[in-house]
Amino acid sequence: MKLEMKDQPGQLVAALQPISAVGGNIIAVIHQRETSAAAETLDVQIVLELPEGRLENLLELLREQGVSVVRIGEERLLYEYTLIVIGHLMHTDLSDTVDRIDRTGSAEVTDLSLAMPAINSPSSARITIRSTTRAEMKKAIRILRDVAEQKELLIIEPLEDGR
Amino acid sequence: MIRIAILGFGSVGQGIARAILAKDLDITVTGLADSRSGIIDAAGIDIAAALDRKGNGDPCGTPGISPADVVAKAEYDVLVEVTPTNVETAEPALGHIRGALRRRKHVVTSNKGPVALAYSELRDLAAANGVLLRYEATVCGAIPLIHAIKEGLAGNTISRLYGVFNGTCNYILTRMAEDSLTYEQALAEARELGYAEADPTYDVEGIDAGVKLVILANTVLDMQTTLDDVERTGITLLTPDALRLAEDQDCTIRLIGEIIAEAGVLRVSPRIVAKSHSLVVEGTLNAVTVETDLAGDLTFIGKGAGSTETASAVIGDLLYIHDRYVQSS
Ligand SMILES: NC(=O)c1ccc[n+]([C@@H]2O[C@H](COP(=O)([O-])OP(=O)(O)OC[C@H]3O[C@@H](n4cnc5c(N)ncnc54)[C@H](OP(=O)(O)O)[C@@H]3O)[C@@H](O)[C@H]2O)c1
Repeated sequence: MKLEMKDQPGQLVAALQPISAVGGNIIAVIHQRETSAAAETLDVQIVLELPEGRLENLLELLREQGVSVVRIGEERLLYEYTLIVIGHLMHTDLSDTVDRIDRTGSAEVTDLSLAMPAINSPSSARITIRSTTRAEMKKAIRILRDVAEQKELLIIEPLEDGR
Repeated sequence: MIRIAILGFGSVGQGIARAILAKDLDITVTGLADSRSGIIDAAGIDIAAALDRKGNGDPCGTPGISPADVVAKAEYDVLVEVTPTNVETAEPALGHIRGALRRRKHVVTSNKGPVALAYSELRDLAAANGVLLRYEATVCGAIPLIHAIKEGLAGNTISRLYGVFNGTCNYILTRMAEDSLTYEQALAEARELGYAEADPTYDVEGIDAGVKLVILANTVLDMQTTLDDVERTGITLLTPDALRLAEDQDCTIRLIGEIIAEAGVLRVSPRIVAKSHSLVVEGTLNAVTVETDLAGDLTFIGKGAGSTETASAVIGDLLYIHDRYVQSS
C-alpha cells in the first residue's frame, strides 16, 4: 500500500509504529519525493504483510496519527498451507491436479516435492499452496479434497487446517 | 467399605484385582465372572486365588454361574463392567449395565460399546434409579480426561478437542518415522510387542479413536453423535516417503482425532504435525489438547492402555463413588 504524509520529521515513524502495533511486518519502505512536492507532502510506499482482518484497524490507527493513505495496493499471496498426498500420482496426472488449483487464479501451488517409489507402488508428494485470503485457501483445499476423492488419493492435512 | 462385582477378568479386570490386593483401597469383591464361570460371595472373594486360577489358564470361578447371575444375585454397591468392547451391539455389556442400574447399583466401566451407543439411555436410567454411571477408563486409559473436563473445567465452554487417542497407531507411526519402516514392518513389530491385535483393523482404521470421540462428544460436549458421524481415515496407506517429506520440514505424521464442537465436526485422520508440538508423543502414549474459553488450552499426556494404567481409571471412579454415595456398612 502507498501512504501519503506531511513532509515533517517524525511522520515516517508515526506511520510505521501502527503497523507493528497490529502485528504487521514491514517488507520495504520506498520514498518518492518528487511526485507531490508542491503540496509539501512526502510520498512513501510501504510494502507490508498483515494478518488477515487487521487492515481496517491499521487504517484507523494511521488516521489518528494524521497519516492519510492514498492507495491500498494489491494483496499478495500470504496464506501458506502444506499437505502431503499419497497415491498413484503419476497414473492420475499430478499436473492436472496442480492445474486445477492454479486455475482458480487466487491460489497457486508454489512448491511440490515428489518422492519416487518403486514401480507400481503408491508415490507421495508434498504440496505447498499459497493464497491471498483464508477463503481462497479454503476453496483450494476443497478442490484438492474433491480431486483426491475422484482419484482415490490420500490427503494428509496439517493439524492447523484451513477449515 | 465398598463392595464391587467385576465382570470380565482379563487385562483390566486382573489389573483392578492386583491393585486391590496391593493397596489398602477399602474395596471388597463380592462377585466375579469371566466368559466361562463366576463366583458370588457376600463375605468377599479370595481374589488372590482367583488370579492364580486365571494364571494357570483355568476359569476364575465355578462353571454354571454366568455374568448375568452375578449382576442379578450378588450383593454389591458397584458393578465393574470390563468385558470386551463391541461397537456394533455393545452386548453383552449393555445388558449387564442395564441390569445393575435397575437394581439401583452404581456402574463403573472401561467398555466403550455401551457408552458410545447408549449413553443417554444409560444416564437417564442411572438418574431414575439414583445411582451413578462412570466410564473414565473408556477414553485414553490412565488419563483422567473425563473427570478433568466434567469437574475440573466445569463452567468452561470447549470449542475444540483434539489429539492422539490410539496408542497402537502412535507406536506404528513413531517407528515408521524413526527407522523408515514400512507400515507393514511397523505393524509386525507392534504385534510382536503385544501393542497390536492379531486383527488390527479396529485400531489402524481409526475406529477405536472414532469411538472415543463419540464418547467425548456425547458425554462431555453435549452433542448427539454416532460412529457414522465421524469422518474417518486410517493409517494403512501411509508410506515411509510421506513421513520423510514431513520430516524434511521438521514435522511428522500422527493419527489425530478431532472434535470441533460448534461446527459439529468429528474426524480421525493422519495429520502433519510439527515435531515440536506437544501432541507429538512417542510410542504408545496418548495426548489430548482441550481448547476452552476460560482456562485456555490444556494438554494431557499419559498412558492410554495397559492393565494397571486402565485399572487406575476404574479405581478412580470407584473411589469417587465411595466418597460420595456409599455409606460405610
Ligand atoms: N486393556 C486396556 O488397556 C484397555 C484400556 C481401555 C479400555 N479397555 C476396555 O476394557 C475392556 C476389557 O479389556 P481387557 O483388555 O481387559 O480385555 P481382555 O483382556 O480380552 O479380557 C476380557 C475379559 O472379559 C471376559 N469375557 C469375554 N466375554 C465375556 C462375556 N460374554 N461375559 C463375561 N465376561 C466375558 C474374558 O473372559 P475369559 O477370561 O474367559 O476369556 C476376559 O476375562 C474392553 O472393553 C476394552 O475395550 C481396555
